Amino acid sequence: MVSIMHANGEVGTIQPLAEISRITKEKKVVFHTDAVATCGTIPVNVKELGVDALSLAGNPFYGPKGSAALWVRRGVRILPLLDGGIQEGGRRAGTEDIAAIIGMGKAIEIALRDMADRGQKLTKIRDMLIHGLLSKIPHVVVTGDLIKRLPGHASFCVEFIEGEGMLMLLNSQGVAVSSGSSCTSRALKASHVLLAMGYSHEIAQGSLLFTMGIQNTPADIDHVLNVMPPIVERLREMSPVYSKFLKANKGGQ
Amino acid sequence: MPVYSEKVMDHFMHPRNVGEIENADGVGEVGNPVCGDMMTFYIKVKDNRLEDVKYKTFGCGAAIAVSSMVSEMAKGATIEEAQKITPESVAQMLEGLPKQKFHCSNLGAQALNKAIDDYLMKTGKLKANENKCCPFCDHEDSESDPVCREGCQIKNPEIKSS
Repeated sequence: MVSIMHANGEVGTIQPLAEISRITKEKKVVFHTDAVATCGTIPVNVKELGVDALSLAGNPFYGPKGSAALWVRRGVRILPLLDGGIQEGGRRAGTEDIAAIIGMGKAIEIALRDMADRGQKLTKIRDMLIHGLLSKIPHVVVTGDLIKRLPGHASFCVEFIEGEGMLMLLNSQGVAVSSGSSCTSRALKASHVLLAMGYSHEIAQGSLLFTMGIQNTPADIDHVLNVMPPIVERLREMSPVYSKFLKANKGGQ
Repeated sequence: MPVYSEKVMDHFMHPRNVGEIENADGVGEVGNPVCGDMMTFYIKVKDNRLEDVKYKTFGCGAAIAVSSMVSEMAKGATIEEAQKITPESVAQMLEGLPKQKFHCSNLGAQALNKAIDDYLMKTGKLKANENKCCPFCDHEDSESDPVCREGCQIKNPEIKSS
């Protein structure tokens, strides 16, 4: 069995599932995708993607938290994770949460109706943020693909500083973001996604993730672009890694 | 993000004594960016007292607050007094640190002590201890530093986290 995320929540990249499913079909391997980040955000069609099973959740498209669904192609047989009752055709024991199911159904109805409009707005402010930060702050890298990327998702690594400090200072300015640095994780390990993509520990420590939603406006992005450069500068000024970099660069010139 | 004490937040938002000292009498560097925290302390010594203490820190909120607190505790202290600063006393002055932050972020006292050792060695008051070596690659290291100078833990970060 092959299981691949449709889009990665940490770096925003949308994976080429249709291309992958051509291979899995040829090799007769069951293909599952975790489409939690994409369902309700961008068009998702199981036929076009060629997947045999797909998971989705309600909260990314403003459905009730805790609501989710698993779609399985007819003919694909699964073993239940929860044993006991005979609910959902014996595939998942436990009384169904009707309110969550109805809520998720309504949310996806609205998400599909507004998808093009939402996508356009989110892509616009996302690109505003990405290009704005890249032009205002030196030594910043965008993680993940620039084009095949979730709308409303912008992820970066800011060199020479660590993510938690940025996160706390941004929070004090009313900006809520997340980071994959080892300090922000419970396990105190840098993001395995960024390390697997070939980023060094040093760079991964400075990771920062912005996710934008339908309530966000271009004015919010302007606010981030105003408050973020001084925060980065402040932390870099006290970073021994940055002063080493500056000294090494001076010596090279 | 962990919940920090008011004192930690104060030192994080308004860190004291940040910077470098040119021609410092002692410099101590601990940690590396792999584990997420790195601190460099600089000291200026006059008449056996730490006349000035400055630092640079790469790390989380706790690491920044710890450096700031250590610099405050050490500035103006005698060498002997400054050597008594421990991670525990720093955490106490900061009104506590989150449990998971205690080991990796609380490097300030260690960095300060390394700067003091550096000063004492430079002035011939302390001899390098040649009986120490890195537990991971047997490279002999004269310093009381958990990170091997050969950088073996940077190549094998898994060893350290396990």
